[in-house]
Amino acid sequence: MPYTARKPPLPETTEQLRARIPGWGVDLDPRDRPAFPREVPDEAVIAAEPLPEQQPELRPRERSVEHLRLTPVFGTAQPLHGLSGAVKRLAYARYSEARAAHWLLLLAGDRIESAGAHLRSLATAHPDDPVTESGVLGERGAHPVRSRLGEHRADLSHTPLDPVVVGGPWVLAVGAAVLGVRAVVRRTRR
Amino acid sequence: MKAMVYRGPYKLRVEEKDRPRIEHPQDAVVRVTLATICGSDLHLYHGMMPDTRIGHTFGHEFVGVVDEVGSAVENLKVGDRVMVPFNVYCGTCFFCARGLYSNCHNVNPNATAVGGIYGYSHTTGGYDGGQAQYVRVPFADVGPSVIPDWLSDADAVPLTDAVSTGYFGAQLADVVEGDVVVVLGAGPVGLTAARSAWFMGAGRVIVVDHLDFRLEKARTWAYAETVNFSQVDDVVLHLKRMTGGLGADAVIDCVGAEADGNLLQHVTSAKLKLQGGSPIALNWAIDAVRKGGTVSVMGAYGPMFSAVKFGDAMNKGLTLRMNQTPVKRQWPRLLEHVRAGLLTPSDLLTHTFPLDDIAEAYHVFSSKLDGCIKAAVVPGQD
Repeated sequence: MPYTARKPPLPETTEQLRARIPGWGVDLDPRDRPAFPREVPDEAVIAAEPLPEQQPELRPRERSVEHLRLTPVFGTAQPLHGLSGAVKRLAYARYSEARAAHWLLLLAGDRIESAGAHLRSLATAHPDDPVTESGVLGERGAHPVRSRLGEHRADLSHTPLDPVVVGGPWVLAVGAAVLGVRAVVRRTRR
Repeated sequence: MKAMVYRGPYKLRVEEKDRPRIEHPQDAVVRVTLATICGSDLHLYHGMMPDTRIGHTFGHEFVGVVDEVGSAVENLKVGDRVMVPFNVYCGTCFFCARGLYSNCHNVNPNATAVGGIYGYSHTTGGYDGGQAQYVRVPFADVGPSVIPDWLSDADAVPLTDAVSTGYFGAQLADVVEGDVVVVLGAGPVGLTAARSAWFMGAGRVIVVDHLDFRLEKARTWAYAETVNFSQVDDVVLHLKRMTGGLGADAVIDCVGAEADGNLLQHVTSAKLKLQGGSPIALNWAIDAVRKGGTVSVMGAYGPMFSAVKFGDAMNKGLTLRMNQTPVKRQWPRLLEHVRAGLLTPSDLLTHTFPLDDIAEAYHVFSSKLDGCIKAAVVPGQD
C-alpha cells in the first residue's frame, strides 16, 4: 500500500459500528467528557483558601524532605520501628524523591523489616508459614495444569523464579545459620 | 477485626487488628461489604513498591456501610451504603481545587510525587486499605458517594478504580471518531478502556495480551479485535502491518510495572527490582503508535527509573498523557452509562473469595489461574 495523505481504510463503517457495539459514540464529543478540560478550577474554593484541620501527630511522623510541612491528614498504619525504621527515616530526611538513594534505601528498609518480621514470628505462636501465606494452596481446584499448559502464556518463562523469590531468603537464612553454628562448634572444639 | 496483612514479598495472611478509629474530625469508618484485588495490588504483593511495610493492609477498591463519622462530617451518616474512590484527597488544596483529585497535596506526607491511595504502601500515605472488615476513610464528605439504590455492590466496586481508570484512559488517549486504538493489556482496566474507546467513536479497537481467556473476553465483552503477542514474532511490527504501516492513532497502556514480553526487562524489574517497572508495554506503545499520535498510560509504575525509549517518543512527536485517575470525576457519566445498560461493571468479577482465603485469592489472581480476570473479597462479619 502506498503512503498517501489519506487515512488507511477502516474495516467497518460508522453505521456498522453503531449497530454492532452498544453505546458506540455516546461520548463522541471530546469536549463533553469528564476528564476535559484537564484542570477545572473551582474559583470558590481557590478564593476561600480553606485549610483542613491538622490531624494530631501523636508520634513523630516521617515525611518527604520535599514537603514544607506535615500534611494535614496522614496515615498512621505501621509506624517506623527498629533498624528498618532508621534506614527509612534517613531516606525521608536526607534524600529527595528525585534521588535513587531515597527509593533504594526504602526498598532496603523493606527487606530488613521483612527479614526481622520473619525471625520474630518464629518466636510466636503464629510463625510465618510460606505454604499458607504464599497462597499456593489456591492451586487446588484452580485448574493449575490446564491454566498453564496448552495456552500461549509469556509469563511461564519466569514463573520458576517465583519460588526462588519466596523461598530463597529462607534457604539463605537457614544456610547462614548452619554455617554459623558449624563455625562456632569448630571453634569450640579447638 | 479481621484484615489482610502483608508479610513480605509473595506472602500475606489474615490477622486480627484493631478496628480503625476516627483520627480527624472529617474521618469516617466504613464497614467493608465487598472489596476487590486490583492488578496494581500485585506490585505491592510482589514487593516492588518502596516502603510497603509488614502488617500493611492492602485494598483500594471497596464498598461498604458507614459505621462511624467524625464530628465535622456533614454529608454522610451512619448506615449509608457508600462507594469510596481509591484516591484519598482533601478537595481543597491547589490540585484538588483544579479537579486533580489523584494529585492531592494534603494527604500524603511520604511523597509529593503521588497523592494518597488506600492500602497502597506508605509511599502513598500509609493508609490501611479495604481488604479488611473496617477501614478508615479520611475526608468522608469529599471522596465517598452514597451508592444509588439501583446499583449493586458488585456493580459499584469496580467503579472505585478499574472501570473508572479504563474510562479515564480512553479519554486521555484523545480518541476522536474513526481513530484506530490499540489497548495493551486485557485485564479489567484494558477491557474497560476498549469499551470506552468505542463510546468515544473509535473506528477500530485492537486489544493485545498473552492470556487467551482474557483475549476471548476482549472479543466478546469489549467487541475488539485481539492479538496474542506471544503468537507473533514482533508485536510492534504486527500492529504496524494491521494499521497500514502507520501505526495506531492512540495506544493505551493498561499493563504497567510487571509487563511480560521481554524476559530481561521483566526479571530486572519485577524480580530484581532494579527498575521502577518493566517498561515493555510502554515501549511497545511508543513504537506502535503513529507519529503525532497519543500514548495514554494507565499502567501503574513504581517511583524508580525505568528503561523507557524516550528518543522514539520525541522523534515521533508523540503526546504522552497519564495520571492516576481522579475517580469521582468519572462517576456521574459512568453511572449514566451503567444505568443505561451500556456497561455492566460486575461482568469483570470472575472469582469471589472469603477474606479468610485471601492468600489463595492473590495467588490465583497473580498466577492467572482458572480464567481469573478479577477477584472479589468478602470480608464478612464475626
